[in-house]
Amino acid sequence: MGLFERSLPDVQLFKIADLAVNWGRASSLWPMTFGIACCAIEMMAVGAATFDMDRFGAGAFRATPRQADLMIVAGTVNAKMALIVKRLWDQMPEPKYVMAMGACTVGGGPYWKHGYNVVKGIDKFVPVDVHVPGCPPRPEAIIEGVRFLQRKIMAKRVLAKGAEGTPDFTGISVSPGTVGILEPTVRMPAPPAAPAAEGARA
Amino acid sequence: MADAMTSNAASAPAKTLLLPGDPRPPDLHVDVRTQELQINMGPQHPSTHGVLRVAIWVDGEIVTRAEPDIGYLHRCAEKIGESVSCIQYVPYTDRYDYLAAMNNNLGYCLAVEKVAEVEVPEKAQYVRTVAVELNRIASHLMAVGTYGLDLGAFTPFFYAFREREEILRLLEWICGARLTYNFIRIGGVMRDMPAGWAADVRKFLDVFEERLDEFNDLLTHNHIFVGRTANVGVIPPDMAIRYGLTGPNLRGSGLRYDLRREQPYLLYDRFQFDVPVGTGLKGQVGDCWDRYWVRVLEMRECVRIIRQALDQMPATGEIMAKNVRHLAFKSKPGEGYFGIENPRGELGYYLISDGGANSYRSRIRAPSFCSLSILESMLPGTMLADAVAIIGSIDIVLGEVDR
Repeated sequence: MGLFERSLPDVQLFKIADLAVNWGRASSLWPMTFGIACCAIEMMAVGAATFDMDRFGAGAFRATPRQADLMIVAGTVNAKMALIVKRLWDQMPEPKYVMAMGACTVGGGPYWKHGYNVVKGIDKFVPVDVHVPGCPPRPEAIIEGVRFLQRKIMAKRVLAKGAEGTPDFTGISVSPGTVGILEPTVRMPAPPAAPAAEGARA
Repeated sequence: MADAMTSNAASAPAKTLLLPGDPRPPDLHVDVRTQELQINMGPQHPSTHGVLRVAIWVDGEIVTRAEPDIGYLHRCAEKIGESVSCIQYVPYTDRYDYLAAMNNNLGYCLAVEKVAEVEVPEKAQYVRTVAVELNRIASHLMAVGTYGLDLGAFTPFFYAFREREEILRLLEWICGARLTYNFIRIGGVMRDMPAGWAADVRKFLDVFEERLDEFNDLLTHNHIFVGRTANVGVIPPDMAIRYGLTGPNLRGSGLRYDLRREQPYLLYDRFQFDVPVGTGLKGQVGDCWDRYWVRVLEMRECVRIIRQALDQMPATGEIMAKNVRHLAFKSKPGEGYFGIENPRGELGYYLISDGGANSYRSRIRAPSFCSLSILESMLPGTMLADAVAIIGSIDIVLGEVDR
């Protein structure tokens, strides 16, 4: 897709096409059933009747990474588990998203100091799209994380040219009713200017 | 062909079969042999209740060998027990058996109180009992709900979670957290029951008993469910004792052993309750259905205990022991073991204290770990599809296995 998306002119048509593609992706996230620890119980609670993540189009839990596009890493990842998480992420088809759920996956959580075996944040080995802190996060927090991810997906550029991370859909008038719960005119914050030396090495 | 046969025969004993009606002479054997195949169940598998990997060797559909591989959730529990002070360690105990966090709090606090010789006020003991038994219902609901899920029944899971959410609401009201409570503290409980809480608990218990009947109609006596679980994964009583099983897994084999009855802690000697055991109602004693049924019956006993505790509870009273100074807590030198009846069995904490704020050694006896060890001898000989039923029936929590 890389060649295709770079060679197209930046016209309104492609912006509208982007909107359609992103709307499709954001409204049908298929999370992977992948509970590791305590957070998995809250993830199950989100899938159950009271909180019902199906309302937000993200309730089709799949048992295999090959059918999923959202990996909710729910629980403490230790040195032995990190390899498995990485392998599962590799097996997921593009486009794929990762939610780091719970304090342990965000940065080690309660095991940050004395947990010699615990990986201090899964963003050390997989790219994380949303961090949902909490120990464990409430189901409402998970839903908020999914909604955040959906807004993030809506702001992506697929066909239309432009700088990554600076979406601009202001020229398109889409009433909120057309895309359901999603707001199409979300602006991603501009990335902070990183020091040149560090950025080049990384 | 001959070469292939001999080389295969060298690696595995040849299974030869001459089909009936075969026109060839009987000395020419038709080689129909199956090959042993190793499959991995987990660590990412929806039915392993966490991150357990079971390496299973199958011959056709029959399991010939099974090896549980643990350690995917090792979170340094015992080392942290030595690194942080006793007071600070209480929140960590929440996270080991996260389905029964209140019970874990209780076990650790009772062990510390035993070593430090702390006297807990009566009111606090009653509040502890109610909280722990509510948590036990929530844990068993999770066990039976996900057990249905393992066997392909999706609907009972939602019914179980409906009740579970009610309990979580009650527990959240009393301590502010849904899953990791940190409510039972050394010397008592965090706070007294809020006004109106006891009445709400009673209201829930009334509704819950009716809904348990509904749940039984839905899953327990379901023909397919019984067919999948009865006579499957039978644990004979002597085997259960040999492997150190406790809790519903032991009682499912027909042995009446409950620490709340045998070594009463808290105020369990004041309550009337039965200890249900497996009787082989649908199949043999000690099969998967019996273990499941013991959990369902135990929920009713929890309801009885909570009602009695609420009735007997004094209206006012201290909820924290007077001689515990939380900011500068120091245990007395000595050692002690305290075992309580977790929803999964005997949860024991063995502590050695040298008189400082930290434990010198903190060892956890986890019931799930013992239950898991039985898989290795239970799975061989069963069908592969029954492996899921057996793993689900022993109700393990991997946070507790790996610690």
